[in-house]
Amino acid sequence: MSEKIATRDVYGKTLVELGRTREDIVVLDADLSKSTKTALFAGEYPQRFFNMGISEADMMGTAAGLAASGYISFVSTFGVFAAGRAYDQVRNSIAYTRLNVRIVATHAGLTVGEDGASHQTLEDIALMRVLPNMTVVVPADGYQTRQALFELVDYPGPVYLRLGRPKVPRVILEGTVFQVGKGQLLKEGRDVALIATGIMNGMALEAAAVLKGEGIDAAVVNIHTIKPLDRRLLSEVAADTGAVVTAEEHSVIGGLGSAVAEVLAETCPVPMLRVGVKDSFGESGAPDELMQKYGLTSFHLVEAARSVLRAKKKKEGRPPK
Amino acid sequence: MSTLSVAEIENLKSTARKLRRDIIEMVYRAGSGHPGGALSVLDILVVLYYKVMCIDPASPQDRERDRLVLSKGHACPALYAVLADLGFFPSDWLWELRKTGCPLQGHPDMRKTPGVEMSTGSLGQGLSAANGMALAARLDNSGRRIFAILGDGEIQEGQIWEAALSASHFRLDNLTAVLDYNGLQIDGWLRDVKSLEPVAEKWKAFGWNVLEVDGHDYTSLLEAIKKALEHRGAPSMIIAHTVKGKGISFMENQPDWHGKAPGEEEYRQALAELDTQEGEGVR
Repeated sequence: MSEKIATRDVYGKTLVELGRTREDIVVLDADLSKSTKTALFAGEYPQRFFNMGISEADMMGTAAGLAASGYISFVSTFGVFAAGRAYDQVRNSIAYTRLNVRIVATHAGLTVGEDGASHQTLEDIALMRVLPNMTVVVPADGYQTRQALFELVDYPGPVYLRLGRPKVPRVILEGTVFQVGKGQLLKEGRDVALIATGIMNGMALEAAAVLKGEGIDAAVVNIHTIKPLDRRLLSEVAADTGAVVTAEEHSVIGGLGSAVAEVLAETCPVPMLRVGVKDSFGESGAPDELMQKYGLTSFHLVEAARSVLRAKKKKEGRPPK
Repeated sequence: MSTLSVAEIENLKSTARKLRRDIIEMVYRAGSGHPGGALSVLDILVVLYYKVMCIDPASPQDRERDRLVLSKGHACPALYAVLADLGFFPSDWLWELRKTGCPLQGHPDMRKTPGVEMSTGSLGQGLSAANGMALAARLDNSGRRIFAILGDGEIQEGQIWEAALSASHFRLDNLTAVLDYNGLQIDGWLRDVKSLEPVAEKWKAFGWNVLEVDGHDYTSLLEAIKKALEHRGAPSMIIAHTVKGKGISFMENQPDWHGKAPGEEEYRQALAELDTQEGEGVR
């Protein structure tokens, strides 16, 4: 594992890289450009950067107008404001219109840390994935963030890209291909599938290592694209393992866990548990401590895996009708 | 674009009477819709579309075209009547307004209807989109002009004032907004629900070049638009004083006609009134 890096730092650098050759890229921010790292683009290409001030609703509409005129609009602010505060603007001016707006939301989830619940969005995946036309991507690490940005520049229609605040470890191996809507089998396994998104992939790999010590062979699947969801891969791993645990830095309502449950209920129902925040707001604290307190660590994934394996055994032991 | 001759004014009046008939016919056949605000905004659209804007119905996606965002999307029967008359789509579509499968939605949809530049309907969003189009025109070094039509009730939305700050901050002098100030909103008179006054001072304070006109007088409207287009360094706001339900006596200044279709008797009466006006040569 190489050095840790924040996905938002990669975003800032990659935008500059993309802007060099792509003159049709414009970037908008709402007074958070130093935090979202769009300030780097602003420094290089000031004519194509618009600081909209603290006006997220207006920013979404302006991005739509630029996109309607042929530009590719990258819009950045914290996730809580992008998906929550400006929801109707995202819905009506961006999703309904199918415009090429890339909403790159940083500071998603509990790992915002000390700023507390007002700034920790645990609902954004749910809010964005329910919108028709919207593509929702949550990269696992910095490496995947760069790959996703290159892939999403020309992806048709609106996109919500969810990034975080803290530095996170590298989990994606060099050369791993990124394709929108295509899940990644990070580790094969026969007994249980750990299906993760975003920074939870690192914890899923750790959990798989712990489980191996107990003689449990866990698969790890990275679902970086929540929408469109890789239904085929999910159904396959569910059928192969017969037990599923999902993991997300998001509410268990409406996010990855819900999306996976929706698919598997229709294609391959198996015992399943969702690891995520249990229908509650976050609070102030150190990111690591919050992840511990709200049940989002490799330890919690191991526990969930053991539990879901018990349910699987019980199901298998059930006598046929 | 010079001053209007008497003949030109008569032509515009005649066009507007025809479009008012279309609006009544559309809403009557649809059985629902918003005749009041469509009739108040119509003369503004007539001047812009027939005397000001550079557009070509044969190539509705031409990058260099002028753009108009109808932010008060519920007034779309007026916009549809204009676009059909100009040839953006077949007139037959008008009679299917709001019907399942018809490209003419209850509120404008840019993906379904040629000539519609932005999907609107959820109030307060169109000015931001128009700002984005104005910024794009500047990035393109293009002389194309952007117009935004706002409802008076609509500017009670906070996003309008965010956008008002943006347009003046970015000195969007290629943007002209027109306020359809008919004084009525769904629940009654604006002055009773939530007053805008002093509205001209508000836009001035936000850094806009503000003009005020009779929104049913073609000469004054055209003059104001010309001044707005010539103004440099700031966006322009034309406050157009209008009459909700304009042209149909029993709809004028009646809040009930904000979002209601005429019944058969009212439909006949409305058309008869427009016929009489045609005969008398009045608007």
